[in-house]
Amino acid sequence: MLDAVTITVSVAALLLAAWCGFAAFHDQPTKDWHFIGMAVVTVLALVQLVIALVKLSRGEKPDQGTLIFVSYLVGAACTIPAAAFMSLTERTRWGSAIVAAGGVILAVLEVRLFDIWGGGSV
Amino acid sequence: MSEPAHEASGAPAANEAGAGRIGRGPGRLLLSLYGVFTVAAVSRSLVQMITKFHDAPLAYVLSAVAGLVYAVITVALRRGGEAARRVALVCCSAELAGVLAVGTFTLVDPSAFPDATVWSDFGIGYLFLPLLLPVAGLLWLRRSARPQQP
Repeated sequence: MLDAVTITVSVAALLLAAWCGFAAFHDQPTKDWHFIGMAVVTVLALVQLVIALVKLSRGEKPDQGTLIFVSYLVGAACTIPAAAFMSLTERTRWGSAIVAAGGVILAVLEVRLFDIWGGGSV
Repeated sequence: MSEPAHEASGAPAANEAGAGRIGRGPGRLLLSLYGVFTVAAVSRSLVQMITKFHDAPLAYVLSAVAGLVYAVITVALRRGGEAARRVALVCCSAELAGVLAVGTFTLVDPSAFPDATVWSDFGIGYLFLPLLLPVAGLLWLRRSARPQQP
């Protein structure tokens, strides 16, 4: 279940990155539709956070330690909101580039989360 | 989606010398990335120092130093101005030197670093961004020193 959500978040994050990268490439700032996309990815990351916390509360243990796992979970949930905020303060193509970078970073965090949890083995 | 309040106050800043804009445009992207790397490097070194400092003290102290350098650059980009631009230039140079030195060292003599740092193997664990960021930073800081184009 957690693995499926992790993969979903990564794919959504990469799609968001491609979409905003496309906007940056065409010299466009982020528009309302982009922010709706960011909201969707953020909701997915929050769903992941809740599922992971429920699993932890049931006594399941991540392979590489709970502290690191929770740090990455919180980081993953904060990445896109932070990028969205920065993009609001930079209403040029570079604001779109920031969200594109945020999407890639979130995807990397998801890969790490997968490893830390011991993905595939559970 | 309301515009941030300080957006309006950005216009007069355009009259200032070029260095006032180091946190705008491409600088904003750099600012964001340096912010992320500050959080990543600092939290990584904190966790490692708290949980297993004696495993690889050098590697963990190095991560903390990297985090500090990233933090200074983030703040400098945020503040803007000529002084901040110079501070950022010095820090980006130090960062580039650090990542080149540590990257080379970890390839030549891996045993010196029993645990990875942000700068190990030229930042391979971080998509090589630790190597690309200071280069991009130095280029951007040089360019933003020139008078603003009309």
